[in-house]
Amino acid sequence: MYRYTEFDHAFLAERNAQFRAQVERRIDGSLTEDEFKPLRLMNGLYLQLHAYMLRVAIPYGTLNSAQMRQLAYLAETWDKGYGHFTTRQNIQYNWPKLRDVPDMLDALAEVGLHAIQTSGNTIRNVTADHFAGAAADEIADPRPVAELLRQWSTDHPEFQFMPRKFKIAITGAPNDRAVTAAHDIGLRIVERDGQIGYQVWVGGGLGRTPMIAKVLADFLTLEDLIPYLEATVAVWNVIGRRDNKYKARIKILVHEYGLENLRAEVETEFALRKSLYDAARARDLLSEITASFAPPAFETAPVEGFDAAYAADPLFRSWADTNLSEHRADGYAIVSISLKKQGATPGDATADQMRVMADLAAEFGHDELRISHEQNVILPHVHKRHLPEIHARLRAADLATANIGLISDIIACPGMDYCALATARSIPVAQEIATRFEDLKLEHDIGPLKIKISGCVNACGHHHVGHIGILGLDRAGVENYQITLGGDGTEDAVIGTRTGPGFSYDQIVPAIERLVMAYLELRADAGEAFLQTYKRLGMEPFKEALYPEAAPNAA
Amino acid sequence: MAREFTPKVVTANDLLEGDVVYLTADDRWSRRLNEAELITDEAHATIRLLDAERQPDTIVGAYLADARAAEGGPAPTHFREAFRMRGPSNYAHGKQAEA
Repeated sequence: MYRYTEFDHAFLAERNAQFRAQVERRIDGSLTEDEFKPLRLMNGLYLQLHAYMLRVAIPYGTLNSAQMRQLAYLAETWDKGYGHFTTRQNIQYNWPKLRDVPDMLDALAEVGLHAIQTSGNTIRNVTADHFAGAAADEIADPRPVAELLRQWSTDHPEFQFMPRKFKIAITGAPNDRAVTAAHDIGLRIVERDGQIGYQVWVGGGLGRTPMIAKVLADFLTLEDLIPYLEATVAVWNVIGRRDNKYKARIKILVHEYGLENLRAEVETEFALRKSLYDAARARDLLSEITASFAPPAFETAPVEGFDAAYAADPLFRSWADTNLSEHRADGYAIVSISLKKQGATPGDATADQMRVMADLAAEFGHDELRISHEQNVILPHVHKRHLPEIHARLRAADLATANIGLISDIIACPGMDYCALATARSIPVAQEIATRFEDLKLEHDIGPLKIKISGCVNACGHHHVGHIGILGLDRAGVENYQITLGGDGTEDAVIGTRTGPGFSYDQIVPAIERLVMAYLELRADAGEAFLQTYKRLGMEPFKEALYPEAAPNAA
Repeated sequence: MAREFTPKVVTANDLLEGDVVYLTADDRWSRRLNEAELITDEAHATIRLLDAERQPDTIVGAYLADARAAEGGPAPTHFREAFRMRGPSNYAHGKQAEA
């Protein structure tokens, strides 16, 4: 994987020293909170409901074992022994003290991690397919380009005071696991006549005005990619709205100004920037970066051990059926480690669990780990003969939950248990849905179903693209939960449709249960997933299940 | 017609610890809502908020939160303030652990 250069290390050290001095000046009273706030946000430090929160970037979701161990060290030393993995492939620490944060950042820098641009009106941490470099369906590994974008966007002088934040995601596979259609810019690597190119999607986003991205450029060469993206961000930076933060994102510009008009502006700007751009240098840089993402030397070895365990051990078989994905190399698998044990907080891992995952990556996984936007951890390159031992060690660490893609594999934002912006809780709703269906022993029968929960309209929990989306609101001083159906975060992205009136905190889990029971009745056969049934039948039968008192035939 | 003033407390987060604090009648910052000054007069509330905002080296983000008189001191009227007073619901962390 990519190793930081001397330049990167010096930059981080300098940046951390600056922030340490800023914290000191805040504490001694030289800086007011108004002056300090933008500085702390640029370094990932929020003030939440009960404490400060430090958001650490995990660029394109890739970690090595030393980095994961360092995340565990931070959790133990300066937090309460755990960390929370987020829907943007970051990790959040919920309980740091202001004075400790500079030490935390220095500790992160030791392993090439940082919290830069995880907040503020900048280009945020670039996210990528969590199966990058491993997936069988991949055209090209998206991470070299993601790293190029990280270098380009970090401290980019033109893009530090933009109308609003700017999020980029990239996928190198036709099956979009990076939700590219819900980003300010989504990049999709495509292949045409044997040539690799980049398709640019613009103006996607969730939040209070959810929109699916549109194609801005159908096929860009590598030489054109950075100047084109720079032109796009620059145009928005100048003409994007600054009068209203709710209308500041590029999706609103696309909507109000029009895709064609935006494209014309971008093309003009692109022509200017391209002439100033050193394409040869960028090509050299990308080939250097690409070399550092070279695939590991995959082994050829027998897989009988896997086959025997699969045949003999039902627990292992169940886990293998849900938590393994197809790898590009023969004899290999991609392992998804669920951080969604029924009843646990989605995305949380203890320091001990982080170290177990780091050990497994070091011993069996070519030293690679990934964080998914679905708040799970991935071992991307594992030879199948090691899987029985990996499963046993995950079980010992309470990490062997066999539920990837199932009803308890829920995305949930921190909600009002932590977040200062939240209007309702998310975590306990996720916990109760997961334990309810565990009690009913229906999880595997229900099959693929993505439930996503946000605790406010900002939609960090991606509820708009959940097959079942849940949005927690404050209605007249009590928590109220709206349901959307039919959302989809893949390459066929769709924003879900609201079912109708919301449900109280006590009523939301029974409502979800009615919905899922209705699906089990309605599906054509056990192979028809929830989303397919919804697409076939539409909203009506699900509404009848949700609101029985409103049904015309109600008894 | 102006809305009737409802009782308030002044609350904020501590600058160094980041945790929730409440302004008391004797000008301390308490970790406990029931020790806060319950303010029933709108003009007095404005003055007390200004008092709080003059202490930027101690606290961050002071505001007036609705509260009601209860046995043993002020109590929250909105669930957000109830969570701030207690801590998260998924772990026994925050104030509920210190009680």
